[in-house]
Amino acid sequence: MPVIKVENLSKVFGKNVKQSLKMLDSGKSKEEILRHTGDTVGVNRASFEVDAGEIFVIMGLSGSGKSTLIRLINRLIEPTEGHVYVDGEDLATMNKENLRRIRREKLSMVFQKFGLFPFRTILENAEYGLEVQGMDKEEREKKAKASLDLVGLGDYIHQYPEQLSGGMQQRVGLARALANDPEVLLMDEAFSALDPLIRKDMQDELLDLQTKMQKTIIFITHDLDEALRIGDRIALMKDGSIVQIGTPEDILVNPANDYVERFVEDVDRSKVLTAENIMKRPETINIDKHGPRVALERMREVGLSSIYVTDSKRNLKGFVTADDASDARKNEIRDLNEILRTDVPTVTRDKPMQEIFEIIHNTPVPVAVVDEGKLVGIIIRGSVLAALAGEGEVNVNV
Amino acid sequence: MLMFDFIPQIPISEAVQWLTDWITNTFSFIFNPIRNQFGDFMNWVADRLYDIPAIIIILLVAVAAFFVTGKKFGLAVFSLVGLLLIYNQGLWEELMYTFTLVLISSILSVIIGVPIGILMSKSKTAESIILPILDFMQTMPAFVYLIPAVAFFSIGMVPGVFASLIFATPPTVRFTNLGIRQVSTELVEAAEAFGSTGSQRLFKVELPMAKGTIMAGINQTVMLSLSMVVIASMIGAPGLGRQVLSALQRAQIGPGFVAGISIVILAIIIDRFTQNLNKGN
Repeated sequence: MPVIKVENLSKVFGKNVKQSLKMLDSGKSKEEILRHTGDTVGVNRASFEVDAGEIFVIMGLSGSGKSTLIRLINRLIEPTEGHVYVDGEDLATMNKENLRRIRREKLSMVFQKFGLFPFRTILENAEYGLEVQGMDKEEREKKAKASLDLVGLGDYIHQYPEQLSGGMQQRVGLARALANDPEVLLMDEAFSALDPLIRKDMQDELLDLQTKMQKTIIFITHDLDEALRIGDRIALMKDGSIVQIGTPEDILVNPANDYVERFVEDVDRSKVLTAENIMKRPETINIDKHGPRVALERMREVGLSSIYVTDSKRNLKGFVTADDASDARKNEIRDLNEILRTDVPTVTRDKPMQEIFEIIHNTPVPVAVVDEGKLVGIIIRGSVLAALAGEGEVNVNV
Repeated sequence: MLMFDFIPQIPISEAVQWLTDWITNTFSFIFNPIRNQFGDFMNWVADRLYDIPAIIIILLVAVAAFFVTGKKFGLAVFSLVGLLLIYNQGLWEELMYTFTLVLISSILSVIIGVPIGILMSKSKTAESIILPILDFMQTMPAFVYLIPAVAFFSIGMVPGVFASLIFATPPTVRFTNLGIRQVSTELVEAAEAFGSTGSQRLFKVELPMAKGTIMAGINQTVMLSLSMVVIASMIGAPGLGRQVLSALQRAQIGPGFVAGISIVILAIIIDRFTQNLNKGN
């Protein structure tokens, strides 16, 4: 039996709801209804099922109704029509008390802008869901701590949200959602507010967590790459309606209609992806502080045969190779400048992957991604191949 | 001359007069005990404050000012010098009475105002009814409140508190309403999504988020109380205001100035205290 079953779920915002619903049933479009009744159709008769342990991505551009849909599922927005079954119980028609019970025990939500309480510590934030259930302090602290440990924030429990970076704040949001061990996680554009590298880390981490926890996850996003990357199945939305549901491959290979096709046709990945999408965080050393010995040590640590050199402001200076560094150490050269190589292959953030392919083929070291002279990432051959194959990032060392 | 002259004058003033008389007579069984017991209580508070040696109060206020302002000397020194000056001018007892009045009317204003503000924030209907009443309360000249106050509670401190309540409560109500309505949708959604009850949402999320705004309203309420308490000297409320009034009646600029400056000193100290309490949190 599916954990979540959504049946003919609709939301109409406005004053002439009955008339609008009738028009929806007779197949009128969102624009026609707006013109005729002044009502806005948020979600139009959405139906789908989500199985236990599945990551179900609802994907659409802004205004497509995806945020409304996820709020209909836990009834933050009252549905106009239709049903939402969680473990067979219909959320759409149950009374307030039962709704509260379901929200406390079975559904948790992660918000786009994190939705953390600024006056509460990280621990107190993570405790919130347990606190409102009336769990005693000791027990809920223990559970909240365990949950924070799970997302790697065990050391920050007494800080306040504003003291943490965006990525860390969203981990708190995730920990808060996991603390009461819900069956279903509702994630509303959970990673959209994070910058690209952090967003990828968070996606990876979510997938890692998911292999351990096997939650049922409904994930909203406007980013097709994100959808393809984490979704077991994807529902594409347009103008409040679901236009296709399928596995990432289904959607890429058999687009249900023109809209989906247009959406995914650009996913000739080498054209869509740019340097920014496939770069990794660079391993660097600081020319102002470090010498060949540190360079060698660092390369051994991470298993690379060369390493990029920057100054304290992260301006790219060049790179050194392991061989040169090793020679330098033998000859007791202390200054990195003596072995620094400056014939660096560089690209900007927005360089299409197709062109990077050419560059990376002709160079023995990773390609540096620079932004106004500053090193922001590196691209290695492995990640280019992996991205082309559509498998996301794979850890391959050059 | 005017074309409406044929309409006889509508007896609004008679109606209000009648209503006030009726309330006074009908509810005297409530008003009288309030006047007596509450008046006794306020006198008791003022007397106890006056029992404490002035120098102890002055030092306590200065020390508190030092900590409240985040260990800065400005307000502490000002309080020390200002209060010593009031003492030196022989107005200490009056100061204690004025302070008692401000303290008690402010506390009552907050006790009454915050719940009303919460009610307004939760209900559109309540908001649309209460807002015009607040406008009315704030635009009516403050002196007018003194008249029913005297009718209900005779003269002294109690009618002073009554008039001050009407005049000074609106900011607390408004700011509480505003503060709660300003809490971001996402935080309210977060509270709801984790299964909070209405009161959990209010006490665990909305009120803490609105605290800064509510405190700003309370600060205004306290300052308005102070101004009303001075005016209330016209209906026999004791304190610094009475000094100003008597100086006015005798056209003595000197004593009037001294009492006036004492009120200013008290106002500044109270204002900075409430503001910094807000910031500190």
